[in-house]
Amino acid sequence: MLKKTPLYEEHLKLNANMVEFGGWDMPVQYSNVIDEHTATRTNAGLFDICHMGEIEITGPNSKEFIQKLITNDVEKLVSGKALYSTICNFNGGIIDDCFVYRFNKDKFMIVVNASNIEKDFNWMNKIKTDEEIEIKNSSDKTAKIDLQGPFSEKILQKLTEFDLKNLNRFRFVEDKINNIPVIISRTGYTGEDGFEIYAGTEDAVKLWNLLLEAGKEHGIKPIGLGARDTLRLECCYSLYGNDIDETTTPLEAGLGWQVSFNKNFIGKTALEKKKQEGLKRKIICFEMTERCVPRHNHEILKNGKKTGHVTSGTFSPTSKKGLGMGYVTTENAMTGNEVEIKIRDRLYKAKIMKRPFYEFRQGEKKYIHKL
Amino acid sequence: MSTPSDRKYSKEHEWIKIEGDTGIVGITDHAQNALTDIVFVELPEPGRKTEAGKPFAVIESVKSVSDVFAPADGEVTEANKELEEHPELLNQSPYDKGWIAKIKVEKQDESLMSAQEYDDFVAKEAH
Repeated sequence: MLKKTPLYEEHLKLNANMVEFGGWDMPVQYSNVIDEHTATRTNAGLFDICHMGEIEITGPNSKEFIQKLITNDVEKLVSGKALYSTICNFNGGIIDDCFVYRFNKDKFMIVVNASNIEKDFNWMNKIKTDEEIEIKNSSDKTAKIDLQGPFSEKILQKLTEFDLKNLNRFRFVEDKINNIPVIISRTGYTGEDGFEIYAGTEDAVKLWNLLLEAGKEHGIKPIGLGARDTLRLECCYSLYGNDIDETTTPLEAGLGWQVSFNKNFIGKTALEKKKQEGLKRKIICFEMTERCVPRHNHEILKNGKKTGHVTSGTFSPTSKKGLGMGYVTTENAMTGNEVEIKIRDRLYKAKIMKRPFYEFRQGEKKYIHKL
Repeated sequence: MSTPSDRKYSKEHEWIKIEGDTGIVGITDHAQNALTDIVFVELPEPGRKTEAGKPFAVIESVKSVSDVFAPADGEVTEANKELEEHPELLNQSPYDKGWIAKIKVEKQDESLMSAQEYDDFVAKEAH
């Protein structure tokens, strides 16, 4: 039996095409992926992300606990700020990737992937040694709605007291929308400016419709998982289960930037060793130079010899080209290198690109497809 | 879009329009609607033998990969090269500019339907 988010009935009313994703019955598209992708890049998109998990960590030594749990450094994480991190096992394999929110000295929220909620919760309890630390899985009572795109601030400002101009990227604030208590976080998974909004599940439908209504004049559209995938892939953001899992390390996955070797964490010894030995394979981002669509598990070849495999692939609505991510042996992983992707027994040419393809910077947006 | 009555339809949502010994083949409006944004077509090479009910081309939308099944035994004589650069023609004009291939027909699939039968079939499938 698939799980349903509190917005399930709303998706049916909007004629969404529903599919299974990580045990959940989720909207994959409402109109079509390219339309929804473009709406998010040019106007605004609204995403039902209620399936994702929220785990609260409280207690006097919660910071120390989280330092041990994740690869990134929470020492520098001030209250009201969020950061991205991986959670590793003792071998340096990625158990999950997550966002850590700090509310105050002793209170954190960790937002995790839907398919990993139980695994993460069990892992946290397993490695917990301090009795005073409380780990609470509040996923079932927390709704998450993402508002993404250049008009996000204008839309959300109509509904909030808080001056969103003062909310910088990776900051969050506890506020109210029409008397609904919410957490507004200036983060996202699309490469656009935007917000991730957390509320109680009982308020999800009301909040969803308030946002759709407020965004009407700015061309807001509900966005399914299909466009969520093309949006994140243009930014080369990893998707757990595709690009990263327990068999990959953050170092191979291009996530070394958030591994802090200046502190102790689970997996550190293994990762240090792997770093010292040198990485056998690395993640690459590639763009097809011939028209075709690379997909998960297609082989990557160099001069006709297998050198790796595709972990995520799609047709980019922005560049109108096939693009993807995958692992190749280190000697073939340099930017500019030409490789081939095997699709149904035919080889198609691709070029390794600098990541990301698409990048949002304060006030400027660009699609980078030149070396 | 109304279903043209000058051709026959398969249960896999292909159409075939017979002109002499040649059959022009494409996918139906219902099929393109279900596939949504078509971004790639793998066309059959001329000379390729087709077998009724067996795949002979591939259509990809952003999210999915779908086979196109041949509605007749025969041999491909021409593929619509226009689709290589403009796969969206399959969405925009499934019964005309979005044709996929021409087949020299040896034998048509016996289960092909008329336009009316196909419309009934699609209506029934939706329930």
